[in-house]
Amino acid sequence: MNTANTNTPRSPFPTATEIAAGVRSGTVTATAILEQHLAVVAAREPQIHAFNLLTADAAREQAAAVDALVAAGRDPGPLAGVPVALKDNMCTRGVPTTCSSKILAGWKPPYDGTVVSLLQRAGAVAIGKTNLDEFAMGSSTENSAFGPTRNPLDTDRVPGGSSGGSAAAVAAGFAPLSFGSDTGGSIRQPAALCGVVGVKPTYGRVSRYGLIAFASSLDQIGPFTHTVADAALALQVVCGHDPMDSTSIPDPVPDYSALLARGVEGLRVGRIVDLPAGADPDVSEQLDRAFEVLAAAGASIVDVEVPAFTYGLTAYYIIAPAEASSNLARYDGVRYGLRVPAPDTNAMYAATRAAGFGDEVKRRILLGTYALSAGYYDAYYGKALRIRRLMADDFARAYERADVLLTPASPSVAFPFGTKTADPFSMYLCDTYTIPANLTGDPGLSVPFGVGADGLPVGVQVLAPALGEPVMLQVAAELERAAAAGGGS
Amino acid sequence: MSDRLTNDVVVKVAHLARLDLTPAEIERATEQLGDMLDHFADIDALDLTGLAPMNQPLPLVNVMRDDVEGPCLDRDEVLAVAPQHEDGRFWVPPILGADG
Repeated sequence: MNTANTNTPRSPFPTATEIAAGVRSGTVTATAILEQHLAVVAAREPQIHAFNLLTADAAREQAAAVDALVAAGRDPGPLAGVPVALKDNMCTRGVPTTCSSKILAGWKPPYDGTVVSLLQRAGAVAIGKTNLDEFAMGSSTENSAFGPTRNPLDTDRVPGGSSGGSAAAVAAGFAPLSFGSDTGGSIRQPAALCGVVGVKPTYGRVSRYGLIAFASSLDQIGPFTHTVADAALALQVVCGHDPMDSTSIPDPVPDYSALLARGVEGLRVGRIVDLPAGADPDVSEQLDRAFEVLAAAGASIVDVEVPAFTYGLTAYYIIAPAEASSNLARYDGVRYGLRVPAPDTNAMYAATRAAGFGDEVKRRILLGTYALSAGYYDAYYGKALRIRRLMADDFARAYERADVLLTPASPSVAFPFGTKTADPFSMYLCDTYTIPANLTGDPGLSVPFGVGADGLPVGVQVLAPALGEPVMLQVAAELERAAAAGGGS
Repeated sequence: MSDRLTNDVVVKVAHLARLDLTPAEIERATEQLGDMLDHFADIDALDLTGLAPMNQPLPLVNVMRDDVEGPCLDRDEVLAVAPQHEDGRFWVPPILGADG
């Protein structure tokens, strides 16, 4: 759309920033933008299956309302006319919200999540609910009860997960902006696999009100975009305190776009010398190049140690299932969702949950229940919580020496369907590099940087200390510029 | 925790979690969860004394809001999506079963 924009060589699609500017200035209507995107959806969605539900009619009404505001000379909001796709674990009033689970099939929430309301108020146009691994448990979107999503860059491969539908929706040009949730990497890993930007903000920076809970101390909502600038724009809209979320951070929200053009001169970029092994050579090569590019741009590269990093996977796969086993106790056939009739309530609970949950969800409920049960609590859950503390302490020490840390976002590029479904643990390893930021609560993002095996995109993860989104975005913007100039290939 | 997980433990855990599992599912879960716990053995040797458990990332304390009425969900709208309801309430089968 804008050939002068050298930041987005990989995207043939207009950015959210460009669309909002056009709609706000009246050079294009929200309705025209919407129809363009719905045409792309009509052409490719049958192949991709990014969406559980398209809400084209409601979107047309929303777009018309934005156009009416512009025509009346009123402010249509910072995301005016920007089509947005929402992960189907975000509550939308009166619109089915399934978590890609049979247990919630057909359920219509009686309220909007805070992020959903904020986006609407900002002028964004919601076009549908995107597919995910059931209850956000997975790294490939193969665990959806409604069938997998395909990677738009290679439809024989997974888009990553669990927010695979949201990542694919942006990569396919269905919407320039989508939202997912990230409990152990569920935004950053699919972003890497689909070649888009994906951000997990600081825990508590974005309200979780209306996000269907998986693991409450780890879950965080964040955006997928084509560019770092679009991510900053989106964060500006959704970050902030919310009285409806008791873990919401009251600190004021900074200007996330302020530092994007500043470069990285003088910044300290940390290389984790004891990073767990497991990244493929093509991914490691791009990470090395990312350090080179930042050093060439004036950053100093410092070696740091994070000894607890390697225990993150175990701690996470105890804590997250433990919290999930508690959170998912609410799906009991009483108040909403599926009910399998039975003579008494206990039998009804067990039959309903057996019929409604898929294999991976059952696996994690069992694992979590086990880790919390008498006799095993201290050995597993108690220990995992202490490792979490160790992890936070290690990262705090690393951030005394470095402003940001760089790691791979995913150990590999997008993988073919079925390659990790037989062995659950092989799938869990996808989260190796993303998990620590969820345990500590710190922000992290994945930015496309170069290509790896079979010409597929590689994502570099930028990590920052709590509330360090501005410097994290600043570094990502430099990597994006370098990638656009050919520095990441 | 090197003792291999048994079917009996999985049956007990499944009951605690209110999940009906078929015999085949119990077999598979025993094997898969056992494998998982083997992977988790990497933390067995860690010395974690002196570390306080970290339940969540933020140094938050409870805050109380003012005790004033606010908007709440519409009862009819909530009940409309319930599996079964009667007289403004959720309807469930008997709490005490045949063996209760």
